[in-house]
Amino acid sequence: MELSVPLQGPGRGPGRLTLTLRYLRRNKSLLVGLALLAFLLIFSIGGSLVIDTSTRAYPLAAPSVQPPSAEYPLGTDKDGRDLLAVMVRGILLTGTVGVIAGSVGIVVGVVLGFLAGYYGGKVDSVIRWVTEVLITIPPLILQIIIASTIVDKNKVTIFTMAGVASILSWMGTARVVRSQVLTMRERTFVSVAKLSGMSNLEIIFKELMPNMLPYLAASFVGAVMGAIGATFGLEVLGLGPAREPTIGMTIRWAQFHSAIFNQWWWWVLWPSLALISIFASLSLINRGLDEIANPRVRRSE
Amino acid sequence: MKISYLVRRFLFLVFVVWTAATVLFFIPRLSRVNPIRERFAEIQRSTGYAPRDLENIIKAFETKFGLDKPLIEQYLDYMGSVLRGDLGVSLMRYPRTVVDLISQALPWTVILLTVTTLLTFLIGTGIGALAGWPRSPSWVKGMVTPLMVLAAVPAYLLGLLLIYFIAFRAKLLPLSGAYTTGRFLGPELSIDFILDVGRHAILPALSLILASVGFWALGMRGMGVTVQGEDYVNFAEHKGLKQGRIFYWYYVRNAILPQVTALALAFGSIVSAGILVENLYGFPGIGSLLNAAILANDFFVIYGIGMITIVAVGVSMMLVDLLYPLLDPRIRYDRK
Repeated sequence: MELSVPLQGPGRGPGRLTLTLRYLRRNKSLLVGLALLAFLLIFSIGGSLVIDTSTRAYPLAAPSVQPPSAEYPLGTDKDGRDLLAVMVRGILLTGTVGVIAGSVGIVVGVVLGFLAGYYGGKVDSVIRWVTEVLITIPPLILQIIIASTIVDKNKVTIFTMAGVASILSWMGTARVVRSQVLTMRERTFVSVAKLSGMSNLEIIFKELMPNMLPYLAASFVGAVMGAIGATFGLEVLGLGPAREPTIGMTIRWAQFHSAIFNQWWWWVLWPSLALISIFASLSLINRGLDEIANPRVRRSE
Repeated sequence: MKISYLVRRFLFLVFVVWTAATVLFFIPRLSRVNPIRERFAEIQRSTGYAPRDLENIIKAFETKFGLDKPLIEQYLDYMGSVLRGDLGVSLMRYPRTVVDLISQALPWTVILLTVTTLLTFLIGTGIGALAGWPRSPSWVKGMVTPLMVLAAVPAYLLGLLLIYFIAFRAKLLPLSGAYTTGRFLGPELSIDFILDVGRHAILPALSLILASVGFWALGMRGMGVTVQGEDYVNFAEHKGLKQGRIFYWYYVRNAILPQVTALALAFGSIVSAGILVENLYGFPGIGSLLNAAILANDFFVIYGIGMITIVAVGVSMMLVDLLYPLLDPRIRYDRK
């Protein structure tokens, strides 16, 4: 181990950053996806520093249904929200829901996947059955049923949405992790670690986890996308947070007030563009990560 | 295939449906929402009608539906009626039953989604097969990425854009509904009516197809890339077989298996897959029924739709497992 250190010393080769950048140039999906994500983050986080979104993104902050103008660059909606502020805040809120649900999904999925794959036996069968049963239930249906029990829509917050989306966000990760652990469990590096007296937890965190990082990252992005898609579905059905200007709720209100038939195109266009950018960015990142995890995919390009 | 496997697989299906039914039974009771009270509240909100003796009316309805019995007794009653195919009565269209409403909406959904699922499968698999084939022109290979990005966008959103540009601005196709209500009083069996329904169904179908064709293309391309490296494909090339023959009988034939499985699974989810799009276009299927039920707080209809979608997915998953050994001779369940 000591021997290899001088070889990698400073000045001996390209640094980490250059290597990463060089890799990104080859992995175009990842590059474009990350760039789009960076743009969305700058727009929403930077935007909330410049614009007072806590008032302007809510009703009665501006005159009703104004087309885009110098004062309201993206126009306003029927309830008097400034759509620029709505977009800034909406991307942030929608992103938050996705990240919360995605994180819950990845943590639960990793824990259950490891338990099932590493310990096997009864633990494995129980976890596998629960996963199989839940995969049978169409996510939107279960979420509609849960969300419909909250009758007062004013009490629904983005955290409620994240909670509902979390319930079904972990199965994919659990499956991937379990199958990865199964293939790695019998490999020599794990046996060596065992023989050298590492505990199970150490093996999991020091030996198995690092090998699975690309899979975990792809699962995380997948779970975030799933959660954003699910909450969008609930929101357009009117089961979303009625008081929050998320992207889905904005589209819901535009539909509710027949924005298209009233020629208020800006009310529909901006949230649609925002949501398409979010999904496009995440799916490109996912594709790029997939390429790292399965080098096989590269061959056809 | 051994009988024991068949039995085990069937028991799993029963278990799934039982779990789903149990969850559907307990969720509303845990949330302490009273469907009957909520229904009356909704009536009051939308019509301003408030009965004077509300508490007694609610009590009377609870007795009628058995909601005042002990929980365990309600659970057994409920399981019994689910087994008999009775999903209760609708609160918004009382006294029509949930099964009645669902069976009226189901054909619309099933026809629309069957057509779109098949078309998506054919188009997507075709593009994917060509994209994974080394001799395809590069623009075909490049099609997968945009299609995949499209696949990440919800069909609802694509539908919204299609409505705006094609139906509203260009006025090429009808905006919503399943048939011209002024011309036809209701569904009838005539060429005119079928053509009219077809015209109305183009946009919903297009949104569903655009939103999922990338998924099929990506899957097929992924499998295609693996199959290319196989010895039998190399062997066929070295034998000097015609490219077309290798493409269809060595490459596509072997790569298509997982796609066929996915197709069978997609058929299981046809009840639920179009919910949002149907809603957007006011297409009178399960999605619109569900939306009406959500707006009217008609919990029994919501749970009924939940139940049939779960049964549909469960049954199709079982069929896939049972059919798989027939499609792929390498898979045997009885081998230990």
